Amino acid sequence: MHMIRRGALAAVSVVAALAIPAAASAHRQWLLPSATVLSGADPWISVDAAVSNDLFYFDHVAMRTDGIAVINPDGSKGEIKNPATGKYRSTFDVQLSQPGTYKIVNTGEGASASYKLGGETKRWRGNAAELATAIPKEATEVKIMENARRVETFATRGAPTKEALKLTGRGLELEPVTHPNDLVASEPATFKLVLDGKPAANVEVEVVQGGGRYSKAAELKVKTDATGAFTVNWPSAGMYWLEAGVRGGTSSIPNAERSASYVTTLEVLPD
Amino acid sequence: MRLPIYTAAFTGLMASPALAADLELNLEIPRLTVAEYHRPYVAVWIETPDKAAVKTLAVWYDVKMKNQEGEKWLKDMRQWWRRAGRDMTLPADGVSGATRAPGKHQVVFKGGAAPLGNLPAGQYNLVVEAAREVGGVEVVRAPFQWPPKARATSSAKGTSELGAVSVTVKP
Repeated sequence: MHMIRRGALAAVSVVAALAIPAAASAHRQWLLPSATVLSGADPWISVDAAVSNDLFYFDHVAMRTDGIAVINPDGSKGEIKNPATGKYRSTFDVQLSQPGTYKIVNTGEGASASYKLGGETKRWRGNAAELATAIPKEATEVKIMENARRVETFATRGAPTKEALKLTGRGLELEPVTHPNDLVASEPATFKLVLDGKPAANVEVEVVQGGGRYSKAAELKVKTDATGAFTVNWPSAGMYWLEAGVRGGTSSIPNAERSASYVTTLEVLPD
Repeated sequence: MRLPIYTAAFTGLMASPALAADLELNLEIPRLTVAEYHRPYVAVWIETPDKAAVKTLAVWYDVKMKNQEGEKWLKDMRQWWRRAGRDMTLPADGVSGATRAPGKHQVVFKGGAAPLGNLPAGQYNLVVEAAREVGGVEVVRAPFQWPPKARATSSAKGTSELGAVSVTVKP
């Protein structure tokens, strides 16, 4: 597949993407639902939202809740209830008033840049709209990166449904082959990574089991195939964090490189 | 209840090979010495040898709670919930029932009548799953052949949430 280079982006319709090597000490963003498989007429879940190194321990910084959205089973927009943000984590509730599968998602889009000014390297981060005024005209060696990130989790009341899982076609997304709320330890699960609606091939996916504070957590890496598909053989039941990042796709900013990341928390139940 | 004439008449017909056969379940809910005891939720279902659920025969849970609040914990019977429960509408007539006390329980399901109905001929497991609040969950399977040519019993034994479980099929 194609390697992506700056300058070629605008000219080439890019389907393949270059995986960003995951930094060993990267801070991890996560949404942690209190339950993912629910029964009854009016179940609720409570969700923790944080950024930390170890999963799923809230010991670094809270995730802001203002970007968090709920997609109801019928595809309509839902709401988070009782949001609160503390030092280390945010927490909020979701009432599962409809039967079926809910998607809880935090998306963010932005830009970052580095450039040289008077011999010094400067860095900038903000909204793409601010770029024009943020970087001085006399700056040289300007490198611009457009970023799209997506952090998700899922919860299902009753039988799993698919409406809320529909892709937006923007950024890096997970297309279920196995339903994300139908996971058990004995059965491998298959998903597809999709960048701007197209298969994201040859992308490394990091899979980390929660609970690493007192014993080494299971960690594995899998790669997507030509169709963007990857399969995870769960080491055991538990709560898992999946992350992938790519550079590629089409940036809306001229002469900018594009990066997109995807994170999801999945619960794998015992048989 | 038995209609010998009909039994004789239908035995040779493929359409309803087991009309008058019975499936008798005996199960024991163990008496546990624990500080906080709640009766277990119990699901009883029939599966094929590859574990595909065919029929749910019984679900014992807190059916009497207001606003169907007892259904909140049905998912704790994880195997049943994933394979059958989550696709059912509850309460279900002849299937839903109250939780039962520790001790031995016998339930007889009649071939041709709900909830057993007309089970296609084949090899099956009868599955019992018990999940207890502040306790554990356990699944026990006992195989049986349907329709029975002769009276046959198979037994299994739980180790924590279930005691002896046996299924007896009778033509």
